[in-house]
Amino acid sequence: MDISINGARILFIIPIFGGITVTETQVNSVLVLILVFALCKFLTHDMRVRDISKRQIIAEYIVTKVQSLVEANMGGKFMNFTPFIITILAASVFSSFISLIGLYPPTADLNTLIGWSLAVFVLITAQKMKTGFFRYLRGFTRPYAVLTPFNIISEVSTPVSMAFRHFGNTTSGVVISTMLYAALAVLSNLLLGWLPGALGSIPLLQVGLPAVFSIYFDLFSGCLQAFLFAMLTMLYIATADPTAEQ
Amino acid sequence: MERAIIMAAAALGAGIAMIAGIGPGIGEGYAVGKALEAIGRQPECKGQVTSTLILGCAMAETTGIYALIIALLLMFVAPGVFIGNL
Repeated sequence: MDISINGARILFIIPIFGGITVTETQVNSVLVLILVFALCKFLTHDMRVRDISKRQIIAEYIVTKVQSLVEANMGGKFMNFTPFIITILAASVFSSFISLIGLYPPTADLNTLIGWSLAVFVLITAQKMKTGFFRYLRGFTRPYAVLTPFNIISEVSTPVSMAFRHFGNTTSGVVISTMLYAALAVLSNLLLGWLPGALGSIPLLQVGLPAVFSIYFDLFSGCLQAFLFAMLTMLYIATADPTAEQ
Repeated sequence: MERAIIMAAAALGAGIAMIAGIGPGIGEGYAVGKALEAIGRQPECKGQVTSTLILGCAMAETTGIYALIIALLLMFVAPGVFIGNL
């Protein structure tokens, strides 16, 4: 019996610049983008002012919900961040959901999440630099100049902890699901192995129980982590605004 | 023989690293208990308390996640690196 827990498989290599490897992560990320794009296209198709269709109601509901979320957490000043927040939410939720049909979720790869959190880090830094570059640099020496190294560490640890949090939660789900699946195979072999013929070799216990865990690890945890990532993005960007404190 | 020692040490290290799971467990349990008290005192604040609670739990979970990353590295990356160096 062998259990294998792998990262993203390399699908093919583009033979330019010394070979660019294309893994499942990239392919599935593009798949997620296409899915989200198709859903947006479908939901916003044929929008009207009067006697609106069901899908327009759904689209309006989603947009109003995210707008009110952004307004509650960041304030009306940051309403132009709504598209970014809803993009992160949709990308994260759909990345987790495609693992339901057995595909490798892009959020189980650290590279995806480092990319996202770097984008958030750039936004945070841009917010902090709004009042000038030197003022931003001087902010590191507050409240005392001795604390500068710690301020730099805490600055760097923001994107790192965001990426690791999402990655750790998704990957632990993947690892636990795989180990549960393997353990159920062994257990069913022990309990039902005495059955005659082919009946004994079918791992009957693998039916059903992994689906229950999949609901938690893929659906619930996926939605929760997407919400958390978006929430932390909003909070970090909103608190980075230097003009807010005065 | 060296391979066996390296694998055993990596597996042991992963297990020891996950002792850090105690901290977030206690912390989150305490936070949830306090949140339940708050909801019991002011049921109309349930939504706000719950969303703040989830956010706080995610923050408290960070150290546990770091331990998990170390454990994953020890299990899947470290043996390859150390055996490759033999």
